[in-house]
Amino acid sequence: MKSIVTVALVLLLAGCVAIPPDAFKLPPSSLADRQMQSRVFATTDHTLLLASSVSVLQDLGYVLDATNSRLGMLTASKEISAQNATQIIGLVLLAAFTGQSGSADEKQKIRICLVVNRLPNDSAASVARITIQRIVSNDVGMVTAVTQITEPALYQTFFDKLAKAAFLEANAA
Amino acid sequence: MKYPIGISIAIVLLVLTGCSTPPTKKIMAGADQVELRSYQSRGFDTADKTMMLRTVIATLQDLGFIVDQADEELGVVTGTKLAGYQVRMTVSVRAQGERQLLVRSSAYFNLSPIEDALPYQDFFTSLEKALFLTAHDAG
Repeated sequence: MKSIVTVALVLLLAGCVAIPPDAFKLPPSSLADRQMQSRVFATTDHTLLLASSVSVLQDLGYVLDATNSRLGMLTASKEISAQNATQIIGLVLLAAFTGQSGSADEKQKIRICLVVNRLPNDSAASVARITIQRIVSNDVGMVTAVTQITEPALYQTFFDKLAKAAFLEANAA
Repeated sequence: MKYPIGISIAIVLLVLTGCSTPPTKKIMAGADQVELRSYQSRGFDTADKTMMLRTVIATLQDLGFIVDQADEELGVVTGTKLAGYQVRMTVSVRAQGERQLLVRSSAYFNLSPIEDALPYQDFFTSLEKALFLTAHDAG
């Protein structure tokens, strides 16, 4: 009886997960994050930066989900494979030795949001900032992970391509 | 320690019903509107709606959100944060008189609407930092 009550309480708590207290607080790393996600371009032409970003995203196979040129933002996404050899081998071994089947991560949706703004202390330059998210789902369509992508190299690659497309130099923010 | 069977049944029933409501009941219903609206709203001493919307977008990016859509004319921005959980938030900006803007945010944590004051307070604190303006409670 005691165990039933315990299991029930655990279920009750798990069913109504609380909001993490820091969900709406600026993280201590927010300044460093912003710098990693931003580059300064020597132009005030926001349309040029947005249009060049669209062409880079199209080159990379993304589809635009939303744009607002007057607010200087756009959001794009694409689905790519999330298959991971180690995980699949693990599942094959699990199936071979126990007869149980598991689910492997199959797809991931990548979302990129780009925002262009004026630079407060430099009237001749603009700042572009991107943020990238990943939504991983498995072979039965269940979402297994939702995270922000924080690898600086991926941000750097995007800005390198954007600088080329806009014929401008991307400088650290 | 022994639990009376009644308590166990009550807890199991709570588990089954505690976090669920009939699927259609919530379509046109919300929380206690007056109190919730006051948590969700702040007045700001500026009339520059575009600047406010841009600052809201910048704050959402600072907090790890991706902007799903934004409409300058309507003054709305919707964003999603993914960090092992999902938060979806809509922020609306409306003129309040000639010199003020009313900013209202409403957010979902996973599948439930956020109805506590604290997350909204944290959001406005983050927004204020970005604005360098003094916010005061909306009436």
